[in-house]
Amino acid sequence: MTNSHQLKRVDFIFRNENDWEKVLSSTLKRKPAELINELISSELKGRGGAGFPTGLKWKLTSEEKSEEKTIICNADEGEPGTFKDREILSKVPCKVLTAMAVCGHVIGAKKGFIYLRGEYKYLEPELKKAIDEFEYYCKEIDFDFSISIFMGSGAYICGEETALLESMEGRRGEPRNKPPFPSQHGYLGKPTVVNNVETLVHAFTIFKYGAKKFYDLGVQYSRGTKLFSVSGDTPKPGIYELELGMSLQDFVYEFGDGDTKAVQVGGASGFLVPRKKFKDAAIGFKGKLTGISLPTGGSMMLFNSSRSMFNVLDNYLEFFSEESCGQCTPCRVGCQQLLLGIKAVKRGDKPAVYLDKLMRLTETMQLTAKCGLGQSVANSFSSIVENFREEMIY
Amino acid sequence: MTTKINISINGFPVKIEKGKTILEAAKEEGITIPTLCYHKDLCVAGNCRVCVVEVAGQRRLSAACATPCDEGMEILTNSLKVRNSRKHIIELLLAEHNADCTKCYRNGNCELQELASEYKIMTQDFIELVPLKTYSIDMYSPSIIKDDSKCIRCQRCVRTCAELQGVNALTVAHKGNKMKITTFFEKHMRDVVCTNCGQCVNHCPTGALVEKNYIEEVWEAIANPNKHVVVQTAPAVRVGLGEELGLEPGTRVTGKMVAALKRLGFDSVLDTDFTADLTIVEEGTELLTRLKRALVDKDETVSLPMATSCSPGWIKYIEHMFPEYLDNLSTCKSPQQMFGALAKTYYAKARNIEPDKIVSVSIMPCTAKKFEAFRPEMHDSGYRDVDYVLTTRELAILIKQAGLDFDKIEPVKYDRLMGDSTGAGVIFGATGGVMEAALRTAYEIITGREVPFKNLNIEPVRGMEGVREATIKIENPVKEWAFLDGVELKCAVAHGLVNAKKVMEAIKSGKANYHFIEFMACPGGCLGGGGQPIPTNAEIRQRRAEAIYAEDRDLPIRKSHENPEVIKLYKDFLIEPLGAKSHHLLHTKYTKRNRY
Amino acid sequence: MDSIQSLIKSLANEYGRKRESLLPIMQAVVDREKFLSEYSMVEIAREIDVPAAEVFGTATFYSFIETKPTGRYIIRICKTITCAMKGKNQVLFAIQDMLKIKLGETTPDKRFSLLETNCLGWCHKAPAMLINNEIYTELTPEKIREILTNYMKKNGEN
Repeated sequence: MTNSHQLKRVDFIFRNENDWEKVLSSTLKRKPAELINELISSELKGRGGAGFPTGLKWKLTSEEKSEEKTIICNADEGEPGTFKDREILSKVPCKVLTAMAVCGHVIGAKKGFIYLRGEYKYLEPELKKAIDEFEYYCKEIDFDFSISIFMGSGAYICGEETALLESMEGRRGEPRNKPPFPSQHGYLGKPTVVNNVETLVHAFTIFKYGAKKFYDLGVQYSRGTKLFSVSGDTPKPGIYELELGMSLQDFVYEFGDGDTKAVQVGGASGFLVPRKKFKDAAIGFKGKLTGISLPTGGSMMLFNSSRSMFNVLDNYLEFFSEESCGQCTPCRVGCQQLLLGIKAVKRGDKPAVYLDKLMRLTETMQLTAKCGLGQSVANSFSSIVENFREEMIY
Repeated sequence: MTTKINISINGFPVKIEKGKTILEAAKEEGITIPTLCYHKDLCVAGNCRVCVVEVAGQRRLSAACATPCDEGMEILTNSLKVRNSRKHIIELLLAEHNADCTKCYRNGNCELQELASEYKIMTQDFIELVPLKTYSIDMYSPSIIKDDSKCIRCQRCVRTCAELQGVNALTVAHKGNKMKITTFFEKHMRDVVCTNCGQCVNHCPTGALVEKNYIEEVWEAIANPNKHVVVQTAPAVRVGLGEELGLEPGTRVTGKMVAALKRLGFDSVLDTDFTADLTIVEEGTELLTRLKRALVDKDETVSLPMATSCSPGWIKYIEHMFPEYLDNLSTCKSPQQMFGALAKTYYAKARNIEPDKIVSVSIMPCTAKKFEAFRPEMHDSGYRDVDYVLTTRELAILIKQAGLDFDKIEPVKYDRLMGDSTGAGVIFGATGGVMEAALRTAYEIITGREVPFKNLNIEPVRGMEGVREATIKIENPVKEWAFLDGVELKCAVAHGLVNAKKVMEAIKSGKANYHFIEFMACPGGCLGGGGQPIPTNAEIRQRRAEAIYAEDRDLPIRKSHENPEVIKLYKDFLIEPLGAKSHHLLHTKYTKRNRY
Repeated sequence: MDSIQSLIKSLANEYGRKRESLLPIMQAVVDREKFLSEYSMVEIAREIDVPAAEVFGTATFYSFIETKPTGRYIIRICKTITCAMKGKNQVLFAIQDMLKIKLGETTPDKRFSLLETNCLGWCHKAPAMLINNEIYTELTPEKIREILTNYMKKNGEN
């Protein structure tokens, strides 16, 4: 990895040319197969964090035979340090709605939902207005598609797509066994696409400008741009659209406060990168560049040298202990053990080597937890404990 | 035609049926993958993660219970990665579990304990969570004790209560570190829609849900020289007890059980089958009376279909869920309660014992019977009709505590006076049995002829189908019942409350048109009762059912109305079915309860 | 029919008597009542024919569905990492000091309840809090005094 890669600001997402009607009507004239190919060739990957190829998701769902299908926009943005979806929905909602409608056209769904986290309830009135306007236009162009808002009620796990489906079905947001995947067996058992808010906006960009424009940005395996939610010890907290593939070094150069000790990439479920590894780390999906590549839903939290990494980890673990759905053993009990464990080591009630036992536990959690939540607790735990072991003990 | 696919398990290629899970495939190959949240009776949850296995090409482990096999799949069930993870998970469960095994009712029959022992978990490195949380033990129910500190959150009880029983008394509440298994608003079990059926107890892998036991009380009564302790044994106990004492499912141990009870010190060992026969006479007469009122008197107030009332889980269920149909219940008490009422009246008089000196104990395959015995209305003898109810499992404990070698015990017969039974009484223990027994008697009363089925075996009402129907056409009745000529008697049988619900909803919507329905709360009927040996599953229920029908086949008398002691009871004491005395002692009324 | 019953009936009419309506109905009741009482849960169970235990189990899964009585204004202060780093505790002390209640409590006049919550999605303007559905960011003890004073002046309305 060279340091020559400059941080490139891009402005696709929030640039509002108020042309969604034109984009919608022209895109709907194109054949589903053609649109799927466009998406696939753009190499757009899901922007919620997991990075599943969006075109493939639409393709799989379009191939399912069912009278009813559903497109759901996942706006249950709960990952600590992430706040881009809120901004998208308040600034350019019609881009999201347009992409949902196009997805409906592609997969054969007449119904769309936006699962909006309860914490963002204040967005609902404006979003409703946008939907009304949008649906009115759909009627005008004789396209049968409607969108409803489904409000969440304070549960981080509902960002996991099958937990989200359970929640929409009026149940506890407990992730399902997979397979079957939502593309086969989704909302009310019908084939369903669940896409993150930002993913849909990128789809809009791709339908508007063509796949190439998107593909030309970013780097191999990590094409296009990404919204980053920048917070923590930074003079410029906020939301930035940047090309994927940038080095963390460049990022810190731009956003750091000159004393950046570590950056948490991808929120509490992501990785903590210490200063010494900044130059080796690139932001993007595995795949890979040289050095470490770090996927992210966009959360970038900077910590300077005044911060105790013990406190940071403690905060994350408390978060996971509370927000785990609680159904599977490794996640429910594991999170509590990690939280109590680091406190016990800090107090001196457990020896320092107990941290190694906890590290092995996180491996088990990663291997055996039922969903991404339990599996990803290992990321922050191991990256913090490995790099700041002394802060855990003394 | 089933398609076979090729997979490999631990390096050995095998062909298995498409659609099987890894767990099932491994089982077929003779490899047991440990499980906790998995139960054959229930839908797959995949939440305990104990059954994880390695699948080649996948970074993460897969839950064997929830993962279907794919062509070419290479599975490792015991790799180091699997073992280490599995051990970790067991350790985590132990950290969350009140592992004070020596003080646990399920000590020796606990799936978690067994797993911990198998994996030789000798140390507890993880921090014990039990002391950090406030747990309460709910022991207010007369039937079931719920101890959350022993709960491993596998949700088997929740699925049982919802899927098998359609009761939904239990639920998962809260999330994360606060997630727990509880009831509506965390109330006591006795204050919610719980039917006391005990299926949750039977499906619980640990000691989180157990029956309330009355073992010490019974020992005390036996030891008291001033007490005369009578014991009755329900039909299904004799085909289940053996399992608790090391015998194969489906072993009939009637005579050995009677002998054991005598050796435990019970003064008189009697048979609930006797009052099962009595129930048939009373209930059969009640049915015919209702039919006559409906068909001849054109009495529109008569409630049909008539539903059986032997199963106390079913009774509590209908009281909660369909209180508007309580008039459709037969007013007959269950055989246990008929027995209890007679023990302290008829029996006491015949044996010349003061009723207050009699302690009436019953051995039941059922936890709801404990609640039933505690019902305030069950005092018709002037005393509590049944003092203590023990489950099949508790009886096994008594036998083990007394050091009896069950193998060596010679079978003996029941004591007389309320110890005689017929094949019809025995089959009360299986789903469809009450119906079959009733039809054997009712048909004969109406026509003067035996029911027209080979060997009296009314096959259409037998079996394990959730809801079964039968129609019996009445031809050439005797003069008294001439009005029934040509009538097609429509019957139905439902077992497992979720099936009872289906039938009740069909009745409610007017889609069902039955005369007589047998309802049993538990899957398979009493032989699958909540008080039966653990484990119980479809295969075991089948074996017990076969044993029940074999018991029936081998008895000399197979029709309730021919039970000589029942005939004598009417002659000496009750005078006639539905007479004043039986009305007082053998019939009851029901209580409306809340559905939500 | 009391007001809760008629509210729930009208909500069931609006959303449909099906399981998928459970969350919207519970949310609407909470919106009005600020919490979901045992009585409301029973009525919801009855109205859409879902077992009461499942209504309870579902309700308690979601942090924003309160099952204990709360004040008219529910203050939810974010405790997740960035807010914690940026002075959430000082803000919390300021609120406690002003309202004379601790976390999890409700003022005796039933106007304010004080709770912590997980990430509100305003990390770049930390610390943040919600009062009912209103968001307040870049909080300081001074700002808290101003905001709460305004709420205290409010009378009757939400």
